[in-house]
Amino acid sequence: MSKATAAIVGPGNIGTDLLAKLQRSDQVEVRYMVGVDPASDGLDRARARGVEASAGGVDWLLDRAELPDLVFEATSARAHLANAPRYAEAGIQAIDLTPAAAGPLVCPPVNLHEHLDAPNLNMITCGGQATIPMVHAVSRVTPVPYAEIVASIASRSAGPGTRANIDEFTTTTARAIEQVGGAERGKAIIILNPVDPPMIMRDTVFCAISPDADTTAITESVLAMTETVARYVPGYTLRAEPQFDPPGDTWSGWARVAVFLEVRGNGDYLPSWAGNLDIMTAAAAQVGTRLAGPLLAGTGRADAAGPRTSTAGAGASGVTA
Amino acid sequence: MTGNVRITDSTLRDGSHAMRHQFTEGQVRAVVSALDGAGVEVIEVSHGDGLGGCSFNYGFSGTDEIALIRAAVDEAATARIAVLLLPGVGTAEDLRRAHDAGASVARIATHCTEADVSVQHFGAARELGMETVGFLMLAHRLEPAALARQARIMVDAGAQCVYVVDSAGALVLTDAQTRVQALIDEISADAQVGFHGHQNLSLGVANSVLAYQAGARQIDGALCALGAGAGNAPTVVLAATFDRMGIKTGVDVPAVLSAAEDVVAPFIPRLPWMDRSSIVQGYAGVYSSFLLHAQRAAERYGVPAHEILQRVGEAGYVGGQEDMIIDVALQLQRQRDRDMATGARP
Repeated sequence: MSKATAAIVGPGNIGTDLLAKLQRSDQVEVRYMVGVDPASDGLDRARARGVEASAGGVDWLLDRAELPDLVFEATSARAHLANAPRYAEAGIQAIDLTPAAAGPLVCPPVNLHEHLDAPNLNMITCGGQATIPMVHAVSRVTPVPYAEIVASIASRSAGPGTRANIDEFTTTTARAIEQVGGAERGKAIIILNPVDPPMIMRDTVFCAISPDADTTAITESVLAMTETVARYVPGYTLRAEPQFDPPGDTWSGWARVAVFLEVRGNGDYLPSWAGNLDIMTAAAAQVGTRLAGPLLAGTGRADAAGPRTSTAGAGASGVTA
Repeated sequence: MTGNVRITDSTLRDGSHAMRHQFTEGQVRAVVSALDGAGVEVIEVSHGDGLGGCSFNYGFSGTDEIALIRAAVDEAATARIAVLLLPGVGTAEDLRRAHDAGASVARIATHCTEADVSVQHFGAARELGMETVGFLMLAHRLEPAALARQARIMVDAGAQCVYVVDSAGALVLTDAQTRVQALIDEISADAQVGFHGHQNLSLGVANSVLAYQAGARQIDGALCALGAGAGNAPTVVLAATFDRMGIKTGVDVPAVLSAAEDVVAPFIPRLPWMDRSSIVQGYAGVYSSFLLHAQRAAERYGVPAHEILQRVGEAGYVGGQEDMIIDVALQLQRQRDRDMATGARP
């Protein structure tokens, strides 16, 4: 069976874990791993896995005789904002794991089907991937005027990028709770916990609901969504049945449903406690797999954008440093 | 600073926990007016969990905190209004709004090992021209030398003072003093050192005095000890004790006594006290503001609050993880149901 081809840009921990996941896919073949530092361990790790790897950056990638169908960006928001127009020009569909949010915010079980043609899909945040399915599970049953999520992650799984701009996590996740999850208003909280051995990622989702909302239907929807997510994130589990509380005296008349989640990583390259990183790479791999279908059937957007070889235009190939 | 040591009063921030975040504008005005009149130089006003803390997880505010900050600024003739911000809960945008409302001191708090998440917020605070204070919370969880390295990160990011924050009221005398001493050794050429004490083991004031003797020049208190857990070091007792020791705070003792007795005591639901649960917090090193959440979960799930807090301490949960209290209560409930089903003694 032929596969859609892909490149991963950013050979760090995320890129390496993503590679491990995509190498199990029967829909996507990773052809290239791209970095900027020749001394990067990630490039060596990719080569050991049989993938052509280069420190030549996006210039090198766009100079290949055969361009990939898909590019997964696991660098930084700044790098992706610079690269995104170049991928678009080359007709490569981009799946963005950075907080750049150049394209629509995508959570696979919620709204991926709406964005299969988008030139650029953003994977939101780790906390968003973990919790937005649950906000949606509630909001598809009953209106959610307000949803709030609390993501707790192991300190060791929070990289320097996250630490330098933690506001980016809270604001992007809050926006996605509204735009993707379907809550009228969203709030996101992130806590880093340094306990040793490291804690497995935990997420709590609180949704304001009407006091007479159908709790049985909400519970069923939450359980069904848990199964859906667990199909691509095997370590995604509920800690307990959804908890319903009647309106508290400071809750503006709302009742509340609380969903307690644990996200254990698959341990592909990253340790299993880093469920926050695992759910990002698993969700991105899921998007890649889903996009590969139309690409292989010849109905995807890449065909419409013209041939994906660098000989087609003077664009990218001339700018190699 | 007019005295040898500056007392920052946190009745209207840490005390917000004990008030379930339901301070009214009238209460805020009365407290600020009384503290200002007593010579307290800095008064902290925010949701108990800092700016943006208004939530299911920590409790919704009765009155929007920005409105309370604006009222406090309006009421204060000489005192300056401080705000607390926990990165991950609030954002630099929240800080801008507080600054627009007239707050002039930014106190940025992180768990004691995670100082680097505050860098962007110190940058924002300095850009706004605010005085900056760093808060290393649950400081008992980190050895003095490592704590000092975290303080250095905050100072390099723009903190003008870094506090050893005994959020669990777990530091016992020399534990507090050696941490303050380590920070003095590391940052005193560039910044001040502060201490924030809780009463869970009754040592808030004693620890504050030892902190002063080690070189701390900013100390936190609250009127009537109003605060999380068994409450904060009482501002009144701090002022009286320092006065007896000949250490100038600039705070008028009779006036601040009146602020506590005549203004705060009449409106608070109960005086913070060292009860079983809050002592367990000090003993097991549990974040003080978990207390009321544990009591609510205990009631909801029919398990003892002190057992919840004990488990929370064993799991090493940090400030902000109030949601885990419900999770722990659910575990205890399941365990109890199993024990009952098998006939085991609970």
